[in-house]
Amino acid sequence: MHLHRLEKVWLLIGIGTLVMFLTIVGISAFAQGHHPPSDLTTLDPQKVDTTEPFNQPGLKKIGDNEYELVIVSQAFAFMPNDIKIPEGAKVHIIVTSKDVVHGLEIVGTNVNMMVTPGHVNSLTHTFHKPGSYLIICNEYCGTGHQMMSTKIEVTKA
Amino acid sequence: MKNTALHPNDGKLALAHIAVGYIALFLGAIAGLLQAFVRSGTLELPAGIGYYQLLTAHGVLLALVFTTFFIIGFLYASMSRTTGDLTPFAKKSAWIGFWLMTIGTAITTVMILLNKATVLYTFYAPLKASPWFYIGLTLVVVGSWVSGAGMFSQYAVWKKKNEGKPSPLLSFMAVATMILWIIATLGVAVTVLFQFIPWSFGLVDKINVLLSRTLFWYFGHPLVYFWLLPAYMCWYVIIPKIIGGKIFSDSLARLAFVLFVLFSIPVGFHHQILESGITPFWKFLQIVLTFMVIVPSLMTAFALFATFEISGREKGASGLFGWVKKLPWTDVRFFAPFMGMLVFIPGGAGGIINASNQMNQVVHNTLWVTGHFHLTVATTVALTFFGISYWLVPHLTGRTLTPRLNKLGIIQTVFWCIGMFLMSGAMHTVGLFGAPRRTAYTTYGDHPQALEWMSYQTIMAVGGAILFVAILMILYIVINLAVAAPKGTEEFPVGEVHEDAEKTPLLLENWKIWIGLSVVLIVIAYTVPVIDIIENAPSSPGFKFW
Repeated sequence: MHLHRLEKVWLLIGIGTLVMFLTIVGISAFAQGHHPPSDLTTLDPQKVDTTEPFNQPGLKKIGDNEYELVIVSQAFAFMPNDIKIPEGAKVHIIVTSKDVVHGLEIVGTNVNMMVTPGHVNSLTHTFHKPGSYLIICNEYCGTGHQMMSTKIEVTKA
Repeated sequence: MKNTALHPNDGKLALAHIAVGYIALFLGAIAGLLQAFVRSGTLELPAGIGYYQLLTAHGVLLALVFTTFFIIGFLYASMSRTTGDLTPFAKKSAWIGFWLMTIGTAITTVMILLNKATVLYTFYAPLKASPWFYIGLTLVVVGSWVSGAGMFSQYAVWKKKNEGKPSPLLSFMAVATMILWIIATLGVAVTVLFQFIPWSFGLVDKINVLLSRTLFWYFGHPLVYFWLLPAYMCWYVIIPKIIGGKIFSDSLARLAFVLFVLFSIPVGFHHQILESGITPFWKFLQIVLTFMVIVPSLMTAFALFATFEISGREKGASGLFGWVKKLPWTDVRFFAPFMGMLVFIPGGAGGIINASNQMNQVVHNTLWVTGHFHLTVATTVALTFFGISYWLVPHLTGRTLTPRLNKLGIIQTVFWCIGMFLMSGAMHTVGLFGAPRRTAYTTYGDHPQALEWMSYQTIMAVGGAILFVAILMILYIVINLAVAAPKGTEEFPVGEVHEDAEKTPLLLENWKIWIGLSVVLIVIAYTVPVIDIIENAPSSPGFKFW
């Protein structure tokens, strides 16, 4: 099939741009480890309260200014409530759901992941700036969805 | 091709579909208006109506019902126009399809109004609605399949009578759109029939949530191309005739549609980028395929502007952009779809951002996404469907588009664009700040981050109010064109191919090859992860949190 010369140029620029985009996000993901949250761990969604580490939701210090934050989400709340973290802390967030699908978003950061029952999701974030961060559920989970939130207080070191 | 009216029976069929579509548009728009006011904090819903109940109605009535009915009506009209009167089999299929879809829509809508299905139009498990909600949706899908069968048979009959000739472009595109739709809806049919219905009736206790989400999004992304392709039909074939030009290339137009059939389906994971249980490799593979589906849209953009420029120059335009002045800006049949095309530029760019793997993390489930599809489906597609209605409805009812209604249509288009600029612009911006989509009014206990969003949510309501006025205008115009405009003959514009264009290779019409390739791509993109999900993803009991 014949393509007009200008159409060839146009498609070449277009496809070239797309290839460039894919290369950039591909390198960032596969070479630099910036994968979107894709945890493969599963659990029985009806036994969250007795499954480690979700039997003890909360913040655990695991290294030098490094923490593990275990969160259980259920309609319409996150456990634990009101978390305090020192500035500059590297936090490994681990989350699951006791009922329906929720979303976990920390406003003003790139922390954003789906929380599906039966699955664990996780990602790591370093809190560089002190302040009050809002954690919200960003997936519809029922009539109280808009109330489902908690806070992280990042304190000055 | 002569400009004669469609056979009255075919006209009635198309008109019935369009009428149900517009009724759904009206009801869905009322829900949308109320939502915008609730979200801005200026309205509390009376009589126990829930925000999420309205949101479910808005999504189902607009994204599923308005679009599907209008599209099937338009496709049948196009087939009757270009392949001749519908055969008895096609007509029968179309009417059976119409009634199945209408009954399904009625059942689903009643369930939503009774507050038995406040699960939003994506009905994510394990939120469990009344089984009748799912049954209603099944009837809509099955009805559309029966309609599709009618179109395929009409096309086959034409092919048999005209061996060795390429089919009329408009009919080829209608068939491609229905092929895409049927392959896509298989996913949602499997999850609804084998997972949701037995589970909601209590025959099984649990549902594999990740599998249901994966099957939904196998359908959910090609769904948006099912909306878009009929708009492309108008842009490729109808618009050239309206502006007094010719179709740039018949074969490239067909190639674009074939590429959509191939690449719009194996891409559903880009809606599940932030989800557990799917490995980064499979997500990325489908993201690469997602980017492939941008190519036919680039081809479309080129072809359209080539048509505009060539026709402008043939009318004596000079200079680099002189042809712009030769376009019929005061003809709403051109103006409304053209504004839709323009909006597709930011709409498409936003889509590329959404699908860009880890970039999705910035915008996923924020109002940015709502802003995005209010540009693509609710402006590009909607304005093009309005643009089609301005001539199709009077063509079917034996009336004419008067200068007054034409002018009102131009004003309607301007109102739509202003309203959407405000609403979608505010949604995009506040979404980048993190405001979540699908969420009722809340300040999260007056948290300072959430309070920053409030003024944007007010702008959204202002935009929504302007859009509702525009909805009333389009309904006034369409009703007028259907029952009150002066009698006469309104043209069903069908463009002809430019004489410089190449002959169409018949390979493009070899559906066995294209459907085969499409299946191969789907198998590559989905087999391994789906087996993995079936083996490993846990099942969950149902919940009713409304």
